[in-house]
Amino acid sequence: MKTRDAFKWQVISHVVLMFFALCALIPFILLVAASFSDEVAVMTQGYSIIPKEFSLDAYTYIATRWADIGRSYLMTILVTLIGTGVSMIITSMFAYTLSMDFVPGVKILNFLCIFTMLFSGGVVGSYYIWSNVFHIRDTIWGLILPNLMMNAFNVILVKNYYVNSIPASLREAARIDGCSEIGIFWKIAMPLSIPINATIGLMTGLAYWNDWTNGLYYLTERNGSQYYTIQLLLNRISENIQWLSTAAQGAGVTTANIPTTTSRMAIGVIGLIPVLIVYPFLQKYFVKGITVGAVKE
Amino acid sequence: MKTKRKSNKIVRCLPFYVMALPGIAYLICNNFMPLYGMLLAFKKLDVRKGIFGSEWVGLKNFEFLFSSNTAFKIIRNTIGYNLVFLIVGTAIAVALAILLNEVRLKGFKKFYQSMLLIPYLISWVLASYLAYAFLAQDVGLINSILNFFGLPDVAWYTSKQYWPVILFIVYIWKNVGYMLIIYYSSIVSISADYFEAATIDGATKWQQIRFITLPLIKSTVVTMTILMLGRIANSDFGLFYQIPRNSGALYDTTQTIDVYVYNALMNNNDFGMSAAAAVFQSVVGFIFIMAANGVVRKISKRDALF
Repeated sequence: MKTRDAFKWQVISHVVLMFFALCALIPFILLVAASFSDEVAVMTQGYSIIPKEFSLDAYTYIATRWADIGRSYLMTILVTLIGTGVSMIITSMFAYTLSMDFVPGVKILNFLCIFTMLFSGGVVGSYYIWSNVFHIRDTIWGLILPNLMMNAFNVILVKNYYVNSIPASLREAARIDGCSEIGIFWKIAMPLSIPINATIGLMTGLAYWNDWTNGLYYLTERNGSQYYTIQLLLNRISENIQWLSTAAQGAGVTTANIPTTTSRMAIGVIGLIPVLIVYPFLQKYFVKGITVGAVKE
Repeated sequence: MKTKRKSNKIVRCLPFYVMALPGIAYLICNNFMPLYGMLLAFKKLDVRKGIFGSEWVGLKNFEFLFSSNTAFKIIRNTIGYNLVFLIVGTAIAVALAILLNEVRLKGFKKFYQSMLLIPYLISWVLASYLAYAFLAQDVGLINSILNFFGLPDVAWYTSKQYWPVILFIVYIWKNVGYMLIIYYSSIVSISADYFEAATIDGATKWQQIRFITLPLIKSTVVTMTILMLGRIANSDFGLFYQIPRNSGALYDTTQTIDVYVYNALMNNNDFGMSAAAAVFQSVVGFIFIMAANGVVRKISKRDALF
């Protein structure tokens, strides 16, 4: 009786989870399969899970735009590195101060920090300020500064870490040894808070890597497209697949044999590759990044 | 004497202020100055004069917004989708988390978790490519399947009646892995003693789930629900903008406040209307998070956020 109950639950669990896991996976398989298919076969029979008449046409075709794709990848890496780096530094310094409850004014700062989580000026106010006061339109700062650099939620997580994991006696000892406050932060607090900083840094990095809304708001196609990241390039191609063919026509390819349907999928695969490469190595940390903020101890 | 001691303390604390400075500066630029930008909702913006110099129009922008048919639709869509996502999404994620906890084989456990999390990590732009492979009218997989069964093509990107279901599926597909991990980690933290004791007493699995697991993850569910209720007037811009490819024919069922604000601001350059919608969104969001938290505080204080 008991073993039958247990067995029944094993079967149900595996069936349901396998179903969801396959559903999660199938779109990716479809994308990859379609990108390796022959254009004519796809045109007549549609995209499918198994490549129809294996072909690399789509990839040789988008290779004509390799320069743009490569540049947009470099831009993505640059924006992610600068954004995440600065974010980690200012977040942990701000959080460190917030964890010092003897400093006058810290209560007010804490309140202001929490206030930003409860009430926001909204997209329009933010757009007006960033573009008309700070003039970041069509510059790389348009991708880095708005919204992503620091959020109150992360500040509070790091602050709690400092409060719970770095004993005041340790700081006191360093102070007696003649260490300055900033020195204590760099040499003691920062190294001790690597776990939380790495976790938050990873999630911030993911947000920068995947971001396309900042570019949508702050980069115009005419003057800002040299700053396009891979996501923005994908967005532009999704809006206008013809973009792919503008260079090819110059290179002597006629419009008639442009494999638009399959190269659309191939460019999607190009955007997906980095995620698939790093995922196995970082999965554990992504899981940690998700749970660190959500579960109350 | 007293002032001297006070100024001493300030000097001693100076390094802390210096360290906080970049963060404060960022909060001012990114979070507090936009609050001033909210005034745009009550003004008719003249770009040369700036916000301050522009003419006051009182509540005219709001009158325009709410007298249009659009206001009702975008509010209905935003709140309606959020409620469905909140209720059904949470139910699915909790159910999957419980089932994942039942899986005995370590390898499978890890496999399911990894697979379900992948969609959460890709961008909405990429997600729209995946959706397109299914929904494209001439070559999409779904139409191929329909044709296979002798059914005619459906023009997905212009048929608004299907979109509530499509958006729900895409939302679950992309977010269920994230929610699963949160609830799963909450289940894992339950002491194994409870389950052992229950098994010895002859409780079935279902009874264990009903009387041990669910009550003990309640506080995580409550926390997540407050957070989601606080964002009830906000929609995931990526989901509602990228997946329907901003198709005008679908607006009735796909346009949410965020998409409306984007279109009004960037395509029509209408600062007044978009600011009015954004202010409405902020105010409703604020009311909801305070109310949700207040109610939870009344019922069980330790589950409240603040």
